Amino acid sequence: MQIEHFEIMQFLSAHPPFNDLSEDALKQLASEVEVGYYRARSEILHYGESIANLYVVRAGSVEVYRRNGELYNRISEGGLFGQRGLLMNRKVRFPVMALEDTLVYCIPVALFEAFCDEHEAFADFFEADDSGGLIQAVSDQADSNDLTTAKVRTLLLRELVSVELTRSIRDAAKLMTEEQVSALLVYDPSKPVSDDPEDDDGQIVGILSDKDLRIKVVAEGLDTNQPVATIMTRELTIVDSNAYVFEAMMMMLRDNLHHLPVVHKRRPIGVIALSDILRYESQSSLLFVKGIMEQQSVEDLAHYAQSLASVFVRLVNEDANSHMVGTAMSVIGRTIKQRLLELAEDKLGEPPVPYCFIALGSMARDEQLIVTDQDNALILDDAFEADKHDSYFAALAKFVCDGLAQCGYKLCDGGIMATNPQWRLSASDWQAQFEDWMDNPKPEALLHSSIFFDLDGVFGRTQLASRLSELVAKKAKITPRFLAAMASNSLRRTPPLGFFKDFVLEQDGEHKHSLNIKRRGTAPLSDLVRVHALAIGSRKQNSFERLEDIKEAQLLPPGKVEDLEAALEYIAMIRIRHQARQIEQGKQPDNNILPKRLSEFEQRNLKEAFAVLDKAQSYLKIRYQNKAILK
Amino acid sequence: MAMQGDILSWPNRFAHLARQSSDERLRAFYTAGVQAPDTPVSQAQFVALDFETTGLNYETDDIVSVGLVPFDARRAYCRDARHWILKPSTPLHEESVVVHQITHSQVSEAPDLDAILEELLACLAGKVIVVHYRHIERPFFNQALMQRLGEGIEFPLIDTMALEHRIETNRLTLWQRIKRQPIPSIRLADSRKRYGLPYYVAHHALSDALATAELFQAQLQHHYTQHTDIKSLWM
Repeated sequence: MQIEHFEIMQFLSAHPPFNDLSEDALKQLASEVEVGYYRARSEILHYGESIANLYVVRAGSVEVYRRNGELYNRISEGGLFGQRGLLMNRKVRFPVMALEDTLVYCIPVALFEAFCDEHEAFADFFEADDSGGLIQAVSDQADSNDLTTAKVRTLLLRELVSVELTRSIRDAAKLMTEEQVSALLVYDPSKPVSDDPEDDDGQIVGILSDKDLRIKVVAEGLDTNQPVATIMTRELTIVDSNAYVFEAMMMMLRDNLHHLPVVHKRRPIGVIALSDILRYESQSSLLFVKGIMEQQSVEDLAHYAQSLASVFVRLVNEDANSHMVGTAMSVIGRTIKQRLLELAEDKLGEPPVPYCFIALGSMARDEQLIVTDQDNALILDDAFEADKHDSYFAALAKFVCDGLAQCGYKLCDGGIMATNPQWRLSASDWQAQFEDWMDNPKPEALLHSSIFFDLDGVFGRTQLASRLSELVAKKAKITPRFLAAMASNSLRRTPPLGFFKDFVLEQDGEHKHSLNIKRRGTAPLSDLVRVHALAIGSRKQNSFERLEDIKEAQLLPPGKVEDLEAALEYIAMIRIRHQARQIEQGKQPDNNILPKRLSEFEQRNLKEAFAVLDKAQSYLKIRYQNKAILK
Repeated sequence: MAMQGDILSWPNRFAHLARQSSDERLRAFYTAGVQAPDTPVSQAQFVALDFETTGLNYETDDIVSVGLVPFDARRAYCRDARHWILKPSTPLHEESVVVHQITHSQVSEAPDLDAILEELLACLAGKVIVVHYRHIERPFFNQALMQRLGEGIEFPLIDTMALEHRIETNRLTLWQRIKRQPIPSIRLADSRKRYGLPYYVAHHALSDALATAELFQAQLQHHYTQHTDIKSLWM
């Protein structure tokens, strides 16, 4: 017997999205409701706790906060809250507090989901909520993460220790000893502080470290009465106090910096050290990276790398966004390569000529995930003579590629590895190769080699890699036929949406009813973003950073870049969570997702994301291919 | 805390009644016991109960509908709520039909209280019963069972109206009390208004039960702590 709670039914029937429901549906909802009363100023939802209800404000009003305490929304009678947490991972994303004495009706999550599945208008309401449910869903995800929300300034635990550039080296050394710091910021108080952040680095003019004292002063017998300006390091990477901890961490990891000066409104306020971040992110992938460098043999390294999967799962469970997961996995992969190369040099001796070991594809884009091939190559100094030196590099490449395979990075099916003599070239030969690809682009040929257009120096003389990226950035944008060929390649893989916007799934074989979310989703998206990035001469490699450049260049119609960002993030997160779930279930992670296993919401959002890709591909076709035909 | 062997304590009274009672259903109800008197309100299980009746005199009038909603200090659980329309042993008066809007044809098809008694008692067993205005449910229930089984029923209950009376009286200053200044209305709808609770249509047993549950939750939050024990509230 179903009881008619007509007070509740009547109320719901007067408010969207319940007003479109049939009487029977309302009766069902009302009969399952739980009712709760909250006194003014009492907490209703606490950040991070699990959430099992959709809340309807029956009387009173509530305030919804962002995690940083900022007011996000005020909801009064008839309004809803809690839906974001239900849609994402059933954790409270936005804490809620009763503003007045408040009565809420709580709808259990199982019923909420059943209603979304059965009543289209009801589901649409939540999807359309706050304009662009997909973008919102994605940004909520970002909001919830500590590393992406915490600002650099939160790491500054001590007062700034700095010295004027006119002070003597001796004074500086004394100050460092007294303050027990290993680095000092050097500033010039007479420098005007401009409001334009692009202008320069403000008053900070250099940094002085223990190392400078050792190398430039003691070893050289320099007069310590000289001003610090004579020995400070002038080329600085500086971070703004409002930057995110995550950004600072990446700056330090990428450029191998141990100290990062922090400025606020262009005035120095402190220095953060890598150890500050390590302390901050206690159980992190960074510690894992540190451990890699401590492994003493390939066997140890391979053994250590076995826990890579759990590092990945932990990141996912900590709500890292796809950029963070991708970057962390890439940094880890890069570090493993670096350690392998050190071990290789230990074994094989000093290299006969300088070289640069490069990463290609997803690792170079900072988009590596857990299922990945190794794609790599070697750039050799122009002093390289094949008959004299190649045996060394062949052995080095074999050592590293075999080692990577032992660490779980599969050998590349396409043979894009440093072990392949074709991809072990001198800097000039590489340059010629890239110029040839761009001057004589044939889509078929580029299909194989487009992977080279995401490249990153990992070890050795990394300037060799930078010079190649510079060449590509300068030349690609003025070579429309090349862009057309790349565009044509990127259109070969289409999103898996049918004419009626249903998923097109594998019909048979091992992966029946599944779709390959990499081949049909993340890969065509990053291909597409790469074409636009090449067209504007961007030197960024990461797809999100490329999109930022694309937005700045106003290459695409308004709103399109945001759509692409949201689509990429959404598809990547579905892929990442799928792999994390498989690992947790003890399965071998892959890229084949079963849409049926996704909730109705995830399916809708995923279709929307694929539709964004579909539209973007049509645009790409018009933009680059027509031009090429005219040529 | 009630003393062991205190004949007046509810647990002892229930144990006694469980031995005395001749009706199996009542025996089951008493055997389920009452919650320990020192149970803090945050831990207690409640059930809000409301009757609509043919009139106000329990000796001559009878129950026409019963509504109940189980709840605790945090939530009221609609899915476990119950509502019955019953065939009273005395005829419906026109005036009462106007009040509760239950019609002659509805009651003519309805069961007798006896037919639903087992389920009703099962819903109440082991819970603290909460009503608004204690002079209806307990005497009517007792009388209705007397009539049918030759045996009445006893149970502790919390009366939100009595609590509200206590709360509003305590608000008065000594001077106001000396002047016998009246306290504001403590009727269900008026009391609810003071706590920001919405208006519910009155005199439907299920709505009134839910309204009572919500009022009690509000009273708990405003005037008591989670450590308040139930014996300080029930009577």
